[in-house]
Amino acid sequence: MKKYILAVLVDNKPGVLTHVSGLISRRAFNIESISAGYTEDTDITRINIEVSVEDDRELEQVVNQLGKLIDVIKIVNLGLVDSIVRELVLLKVRATKESLADIRNIVDIFRGKIVDVSPENVVIELTGSQGKIDAICEMLAEFQIIEIARTGAIALSRGPIPVKNM
Amino acid sequence: MQMNGAQALLESLKIENVELVFGYPGGAVLDLYDAVYKSKFPHILTRHEQGAVHAADGYARATGKVGVCFATSGPGATNLITGIATANMDSIPLVCFTGQVTNPLIGKDSFQEADIVGITTPITKHNYLVKKVDELPRVIKEAFFIARTGRPGPVVIDIAKDVFTAMLDFDYPKEVQLRGYRGDFTGNVQQVDDVVEALTKSKRPLFFIGGGVTLSNQTALIRDIVNCTGIPVVSSLMGLGCVPAKDIGFLGMVGMHGTYAANMAVQKCDLLIGIGVRFDDRVTGKVDAFAPKAKIVHFEVDKAEINKNIFADYPVIGDLRWSLPIFKEKLQAAPVDYKKRFEDWQVQVVDMNERNPLCYKTNAQYIMPQQLIDTVSELVDDNTIVVTDVGQHQMWAAQYFNSRNPRQFLTSGGLGTMGYGLPAALGAKLGQPQKKVVLFTGDGSIMMNCQEMATAADNDIDVKVVLLHNHVLGMVSQWQRMFYGKRYSQTLLSGKTDFVKLAEAMGMKACRIEKPVELHSALQEALNAEGPMLIDVMLPGNEDVLPMVAPGAQLDNMVLGGVEE
Repeated sequence: MKKYILAVLVDNKPGVLTHVSGLISRRAFNIESISAGYTEDTDITRINIEVSVEDDRELEQVVNQLGKLIDVIKIVNLGLVDSIVRELVLLKVRATKESLADIRNIVDIFRGKIVDVSPENVVIELTGSQGKIDAICEMLAEFQIIEIARTGAIALSRGPIPVKNM
Repeated sequence: MQMNGAQALLESLKIENVELVFGYPGGAVLDLYDAVYKSKFPHILTRHEQGAVHAADGYARATGKVGVCFATSGPGATNLITGIATANMDSIPLVCFTGQVTNPLIGKDSFQEADIVGITTPITKHNYLVKKVDELPRVIKEAFFIARTGRPGPVVIDIAKDVFTAMLDFDYPKEVQLRGYRGDFTGNVQQVDDVVEALTKSKRPLFFIGGGVTLSNQTALIRDIVNCTGIPVVSSLMGLGCVPAKDIGFLGMVGMHGTYAANMAVQKCDLLIGIGVRFDDRVTGKVDAFAPKAKIVHFEVDKAEINKNIFADYPVIGDLRWSLPIFKEKLQAAPVDYKKRFEDWQVQVVDMNERNPLCYKTNAQYIMPQQLIDTVSELVDDNTIVVTDVGQHQMWAAQYFNSRNPRQFLTSGGLGTMGYGLPAALGAKLGQPQKKVVLFTGDGSIMMNCQEMATAADNDIDVKVVLLHNHVLGMVSQWQRMFYGKRYSQTLLSGKTDFVKLAEAMGMKACRIEKPVELHSALQEALNAEGPMLIDVMLPGNEDVLPMVAPGAQLDNMVLGGVEE
């Protein structure tokens, strides 16, 4: 299975996410993550979809089927161009007076931030590739991770050209 | 002009040249029906919402126009689902209006509330929920544009009840503005050049035509291309009639119940030119063994169909209205005598077709189903529209009815919807009142929308319902006979239902035909009678539809059968 991140520009209208997510499920495509948000253009929403596909033909099907949706304005496969991929994670980890220093060391190594502390736990914010996030989760496992919230991957191409002009 | 949402809806329909609506009233659409009453908008009341949507579908298939239906919220709307899915699978342009509960009640599990946008998303080309009256004209304009352009399909417009009564200054938009959709679908001419080039290298090309040719009204052009090249033709179920069944190079339907010659030609050809087809599994059989010697050409408006089921060596992506004229022009410009070049191949496949015709055994005791279709085919004129339900009778009709024109053979191909036939036949007759409409149905299918006999009777819609009555759910029982050790699980019908009485109870005329000897004359009389009529034809229950390619088998692995008369 190969993974790609698709940047899908859609009309900012009610029901659009239903159309996109409904299509993905009924065509039985595998998605790793999906996230959506406003863009520099107020009436366009950008949906970032990370898909896993067997081969190029399946990838072509995903793109073409998404392209059929009336609300979809543009789809660019950012996996095929040089691009920056990031994911944000918030981690709630059990922390005691004794373990806090160790946790802080790990967070520093990964260039994360502790954004909340209580007597029993910390909340860590970290941005990076999925590999990096997986790695910190592994490192923090021994302290007990209470809760994880991940955004899924988003991506931007390098250079000045936006997806809408690609 | 100031008016309420309901009036604006009907005004929009007039601008879209909608001449007839099928529907069923209810709480959420009371205001819409009040406007229908006041403006006398032409409307046919069916006896079930499913009847309304299938009727709109039959109307659309028979006329090429967009079919329109109305239903109320909740159960009214959910009763449309099968019909919407049917239209979606066969790319039939529909605009379905459903009422929704009032804005403040949406999302509260209110009385007769259903999330119809959510429910219909997978089975529509597009759908809308209209919550503000100002959006209504734009949404309707977009809906008709989307339904009829490109690869056509059904569009649902769900309208909150309070939108119908809200006032607006009605102004119907002249143009649609959709950033993610364009209606023209022109493509890359180079792709057509590549096909012409491939044809010059081919020795055994074969046209495979489908419903897209009918939908885009390109039949005349296809016939020209076939005539000037001499390339033999096979058809999908949806493509029947695009090339007349009696044309010399026409080999018949391809696929599970295709003719011997059509299936063998696919397996032997070296260039398979698919036009407006989607290589459905009922056509291809085992995908890996489909057309093993051929390069595949795929003329198709929907890019997502390319390489979906069958890999296309030469895709031509674009509307057939764009690609086929260019194709024809380039064929004529090429310094090749195609007819001469493909003559041997044509002779070979035509000969194969003549030596292996569709056939069945007649006998003095029973009317054979194929014989019935044959007789009807002989008795009706070239303009007659034939509608079918789904099952064995549908396949016999596809095989034995001599389709001569596009929009002449209307059937639920993709979804295979039992119960489609009767309401679709009513819609077809209302769309083409000057043409005779004959429905072939079975004693299984007819019961799935038999209430529409009342619609036919009440509105005096002259359809002839030919009931292939064999006391069995035929197609499933055939599979049970062939693949499940003759264990006829839930497929045998007692025969206690008297369909003649049923039709008469609904206000239709009816007759029964039991003996082969009376078949011709009794059919002739019944088909020529005035007004809607059910013709109950008694048939044996153990006849198989043949040839048959077992599901998942390759096309040249056919179970043949029958004996030449």
